Amino acid sequence: MSAERPDALTDADTEALPSAGARLAPYLYPALTLAGLVVAWEAFTKLTAVSRLLLPAPSDIAATLVSALPLLVHMSAITAAEFLLGFGLSVVVGIPLGALLVHARPVELAVYPLLVASQTVPKAAIAPIFVVWLGAGMTSKVLIAFTIAFFPIVIDTAIGLRAAPPEVINVVRSMGANAFQVFWFVRFPNALPNIFGGLKVASTLAVVGAIVGEFVSAEKGLGYLVLVANGELNTTLVFASVVTLSVLGVGFYFLLELVERFVIRWHVSARRPETGTM
Amino acid sequence: MTAELRTPGSPVEAARPPFVRIAGVEKAYRPRGRALQALDPITFDLGVGEFVSIVGPSGCGKSTLLMLVAGLIPTTAGEVVIQGQRIIRPYTDVGVVFQQDALLAWRSVLDNVLLQIDVRGLDRRRYEPTARALLARVGISGFESYYPGELSGGMRQRVALCRALVHDPPLLLMDEPFGALDALTRDQMVLDLQRLWLEARKTVLFITHSIWEAIFLADRVVVMSPRPGRIASVLEIDLPRPRRLGMRESPAFGRYAAAVRQRFQAFGLLSET
Repeated sequence: MSAERPDALTDADTEALPSAGARLAPYLYPALTLAGLVVAWEAFTKLTAVSRLLLPAPSDIAATLVSALPLLVHMSAITAAEFLLGFGLSVVVGIPLGALLVHARPVELAVYPLLVASQTVPKAAIAPIFVVWLGAGMTSKVLIAFTIAFFPIVIDTAIGLRAAPPEVINVVRSMGANAFQVFWFVRFPNALPNIFGGLKVASTLAVVGAIVGEFVSAEKGLGYLVLVANGELNTTLVFASVVTLSVLGVGFYFLLELVERFVIRWHVSARRPETGTM
Repeated sequence: MTAELRTPGSPVEAARPPFVRIAGVEKAYRPRGRALQALDPITFDLGVGEFVSIVGPSGCGKSTLLMLVAGLIPTTAGEVVIQGQRIIRPYTDVGVVFQQDALLAWRSVLDNVLLQIDVRGLDRRRYEPTARALLARVGISGFESYYPGELSGGMRQRVALCRALVHDPPLLLMDEPFGALDALTRDQMVLDLQRLWLEARKTVLFITHSIWEAIFLADRVVVMSPRPGRIASVLEIDLPRPRRLGMRESPAFGRYAAAVRQRFQAFGLLSET
């Protein structure tokens, strides 16, 4: 990227981001688009007088968000616990499994084809089995979230670990590094950008998994609330639940982005001058 | 670093004990089941504190030879002996520099140099002043906390050089370390390397495809043939040190360069028609 530069970059921030306006653009533009859509939606419901059972106005949904807030918060906490535990389990299983695929040839031979084949099974279809096995409580939701979410973590971890440049590994071996040290000093940190990519995909999948689990059978949670509100033709509450769920999912995703920026600062900082918008 | 006393420019003493002995070393690969001879038997020694350049065309196996000497890949036949020790696993009393700087993107400049210390389990605090001093010697002070991605190619390669030297190894193995740099940066790096070598007099095996670079730096130049690589000729370079860039235009330098070039031409490597 900078082989032809005569000297070090002075400061990535000042070079890549010329003004506050440009800095805010990545947030401002989607926010404006969203606001435009909401206004159009509101105008549509007011002008056509479409039934609230079919399409509630954004203002109605907002009112429900406020009036049903305690209920929504309570249900959110349950759903969040489900997908966070499912995600955590995916991380704890996925990263070591990815490492084993790369470093233990027998594991790769024995597990990898089955792992890939298993991904063709529609997981929503096996969710009822988990409920039969584990009951309608939280455990079944956590495991469904895990089943859906762990695969990208495994694959991205394996890809990242394999991508370590051979000359770096040779330099470190010349320092007397054993296999574990090569992993610890080179392969694992080198894989972190890939691993975070997998984590971010998994974070959205874990949310899907938790909701799928609640759809199959549950007594609480946002997915359960959507089903109940739908059954009562309370479409406004359905929308309010979906909005809450989106906020949860997006919040979790951005939390991961924050952690990523902190953990692999070097990667983001190296990338910024090229993309200009991070 | 111990400086061995030797009059600059004195002819290489034959009696000097070999530091590295390369005896009939051979390497064959088997890509897709076909035997591919990368390196025909190679035999030569590196004396203590001697700077040997290996110059040869691309694909002649000179990089393979360096990997064999480093113990990073096994020999097909023959043996490498360093200080009486037969090399069968990576030799660790060494500093290695490759064409790609091989820096760790997630470590700062200082931490990249100290990687050498961390991997070896040595005391970081003891070596940090050495690392900082080395970085200053090659003009990188003030950039210790930068990430490699924020540096130019020349600066990154200087950091890689510091990393290879921080533990004060007696042997330095360099595989086209300046090959990816622009001509001006390259000239400066060659001068810097000569200066560092004159201070410490480490034994150096330096791989390059640049004829002038090989001659300028070395006590001896080993010219290699195209694949399968073997030694085509060995030149003793009797030029006074420290050598200066202007010497490239001197008649003596020209004669050495011509000798290497004619070797290459004899292999049909350079066609002027």
